[in-house]
Amino acid sequence: MEFFRIKKDIPFMKHALVFNAISFITFALAVFFLFSRGLHLSVEFTGGTVMEVAYTQPVELAKVRATVSGLGFPDVQVQNFGTARDVMIRLPVQKGVTSAQQSERVIGALKAADPEVTLRRTEFVGPQVGDELVKGGLMALGMVVLGIVLYLALRFEWKFGVAAIIANLHDVIIILGFFAFFQWEFSLSVLAAVLAVLGYSVNESVVIFDRIREAFRRYRKMNTHEVIDHAITSTMSRTIITHASTEAMVLSMFFFGGPSLHYFALALTIGILFGIYSSVFVAAAIAMWLGVKREDLIKTTRSETDPNDPNAGATV
Amino acid sequence: MNRYPVWKYVILVVALLVGVLYTLPNFFGEAPAVQVSSAKATIKVDSAVESRVREALAAAGVQTDLLQLEGNSVRARFDTPDTQLKAKDAIEKALIPDPQDPAYIVALNLVSRSPAWLTAIHAAPMYLGLDLRGGVHFMLQVDMQAALTKKAESYAGDLRTTLRDKNIRHGGISREGQNIDIRLRDEATLTAARNLISDQFPDLQVTTSQEADGGQRLRASIKPEATRRVQDQALKQNITTLHNRINELGVAEPVIQQQGLDRIVVQLPGVQDTAKAKDILGRTATLEVRMVDEGTEARAAESGRGPVPFGDEKYLDRNAQAVIVKKQVVLTGENLTDAQPGFDGQTQEPTVNLTLDAKGSRIFKDITRENVGKRMAIILFEKGKGEVVTAPVIRSEIGGGRVQISGRMSTMEANDTALLLRAGSLAAPMEIIEEFTIGPSLGADNIARGIHSVVWGMLAIVVFMCFYYMLFGVFSSIALSVNILMLLAVLSMLQATLTLPGIAAMALAIGVAIDSNVLINERIREELREGASPQMAIHTGYERAWATILDSNVTTLIAGLSLLAFGSGPVRGFAVVHVLGILTSMFSAVFFSRGLVNLWYGGKKKLKSLAIGQIWKPEATGTSVASVK
Repeated sequence: MEFFRIKKDIPFMKHALVFNAISFITFALAVFFLFSRGLHLSVEFTGGTVMEVAYTQPVELAKVRATVSGLGFPDVQVQNFGTARDVMIRLPVQKGVTSAQQSERVIGALKAADPEVTLRRTEFVGPQVGDELVKGGLMALGMVVLGIVLYLALRFEWKFGVAAIIANLHDVIIILGFFAFFQWEFSLSVLAAVLAVLGYSVNESVVIFDRIREAFRRYRKMNTHEVIDHAITSTMSRTIITHASTEAMVLSMFFFGGPSLHYFALALTIGILFGIYSSVFVAAAIAMWLGVKREDLIKTTRSETDPNDPNAGATV
Repeated sequence: MNRYPVWKYVILVVALLVGVLYTLPNFFGEAPAVQVSSAKATIKVDSAVESRVREALAAAGVQTDLLQLEGNSVRARFDTPDTQLKAKDAIEKALIPDPQDPAYIVALNLVSRSPAWLTAIHAAPMYLGLDLRGGVHFMLQVDMQAALTKKAESYAGDLRTTLRDKNIRHGGISREGQNIDIRLRDEATLTAARNLISDQFPDLQVTTSQEADGGQRLRASIKPEATRRVQDQALKQNITTLHNRINELGVAEPVIQQQGLDRIVVQLPGVQDTAKAKDILGRTATLEVRMVDEGTEARAAESGRGPVPFGDEKYLDRNAQAVIVKKQVVLTGENLTDAQPGFDGQTQEPTVNLTLDAKGSRIFKDITRENVGKRMAIILFEKGKGEVVTAPVIRSEIGGGRVQISGRMSTMEANDTALLLRAGSLAAPMEIIEEFTIGPSLGADNIARGIHSVVWGMLAIVVFMCFYYMLFGVFSSIALSVNILMLLAVLSMLQATLTLPGIAAMALAIGVAIDSNVLINERIREELREGASPQMAIHTGYERAWATILDSNVTTLIAGLSLLAFGSGPVRGFAVVHVLGILTSMFSAVFFSRGLVNLWYGGKKKLKSLAIGQIWKPEATGTSVASVK
């Protein structure tokens, strides 16, 4: 069985401008939502207390809310979590009251209203931790960007490094844009997913760049346009199959992983979908705008004369 | 050309065997157990305790599957929770005569059911994180500024005493933040003071300045390296104190670790009562120095022949010997700045050296002058209960705040006494800055969810691969299973903590690992499409795909390593598995799958076709006549 029966190279690069326009518009929208709505950060970043309680019967949120606000906590969020029997309560950091007292009082009051309630999980984060997480996250992002650009510059050429990182950073912004638009909770595990996506979708660009280099060697008559088209076309089958497999795994997490892995899987899904798009169409297009040439990748004419070159025998 | 030399197959088989061996313990599950560990710093758990436990169990007629001494605890494994509870009662009765003052902690625990021969080769199951087994997690921030201020305060007092002893006149000593300011009248006293400080206070550095009124000002501050030492000691002392307090909770495997420069992480698996845990973490122990009553009535009371006299109290020392002390408190732990074990310069006897702050030294000097030949007791109060740590005889007047306790002590005892004296209180206040509680049912749910995600995702991939790439898909699927096996084995060997994000990383690792196999299989198809012979196609397919696989894995690895370097908590748990998963996938997807392919096809000289699914050639314009099967 073969899914992809492509006779000729598809002229992707003819439409490079369109692809770039599409990604620029999504990018602009993502930035707009990031600024207008902002991210809905989890307690890990903002500080505060989260409690998860489970009832044996479906429970009315209004009642729970009334019980908790009756204790005099301002800005309490009460929402269902997974099922109608599970309730999540968020309390902001309060000066002078320790988290211990907060959660003890809340569970005490809830128990008084309904003795069947059980505490599944509490989470308290002090305000000083959040800043460090943001700093750590940015440092990690910086290191990923730097590391990948350097590695690609070393293995290929700086133009490819820059192209790949621009394409993939724009993925990151788009994922964040989704989280801002839908006001999904941005937690530490989502941050991990975003950075993992960055490493993962750079893969995609690497596979295509690899092909571009090889095509430059093998098809001496093709111009840059055609070489890129050929590279994309010939890796298309692999791209789709790989990403479908990874996505199967991620969807499995989405459906079976429960609420804790919900947003993690969601971030990965968006990342993988946009990752394909951007590393195939955007990265290659940017590399083209930056002016990659045959000479950039094939330093000397050594590949023709060197008998030890592993690719020498395979020239068509 | 598609044959591996024998040694490569040997490597494959050995890796597979080791992988299976070390993954095995994870499948045996856990059995109920009772764990005995020490409740006090001074009591060691050794083979003597092990045999006592054995006797106690035999006496109670409880059958144990396995009884062993591991590190600082004795563990006994049982087949049912019922026998576990019975055994706990029996052991408690045998080892703890006085429940008010337990010397050992007897806690319920779960230990791996894996057979002894696996344990003998150090194959142990992975450690499950709190999110998978339930429990509480605290992160405590130590207030280092307070520790330094306290230290500066004690230096200020010391300076005051020393300057007075040396008759150096000064116009006042005050502490400004963490600096100590000394006002002096003229150059001569300034020089004298400066020499004195550099002589006797090696941890202080001084700067001088001219005051507006013509006097001199000397500002002493703690040197950076001494600051680091102070902070380090404060943290260590707090950890020791926390250890002692948590022991009381009877938690089987508490984790108390330093994190960064000024933080302590406390994890208590299985504990649900956060309120009690927090109460115990926040409690303060106090140390008191009191005089021993040497009157006849008191002596009678000491040997149990009379009532405790009025105005006295009776405390026990560590050997359960009664000591009658006066109610009046001479000094408290606040005045004790340090306690270290050491050796007497002349007699070479082990000693405990105490350092007192200025106020403490003054009081101590007075009290020792008046009570030469009498005994004083140092009492540690915890949970409102006092215990005499030591009750030495005063030999002479002690000035200068440096006190040496010696006589009839082994080095071990000296160490323990110093530890107890130091452990009495926290060196610096602490604050809980992060807290998680995970219920046990949620933990079990998380394990089930994690396993479901991995299993169903993997099944989908395997079905697709076998369908699309036929035999090569089967090879890829086997390689994928080997990848999981190796990953589990490495995690078990490293005794890494598995968390829910870790399981997510495992699922993602499978998704990433299959990429390598897809790359290889697509390449082989492509070679076949271009007319290469089957053997040649396998060879060049693997060869060419390898460069791409390496590049793409390195970039993924870069992302994983940065997460590992800068991430914390759940992110770190994710990153460890992610990075290891990439490394094992390079082994399994390339080296191992090639081994399988070579084993199957390598020997066939006249190979006509490969079972890699249909190969469609453009010339055939849609019909599949050229399919190679």
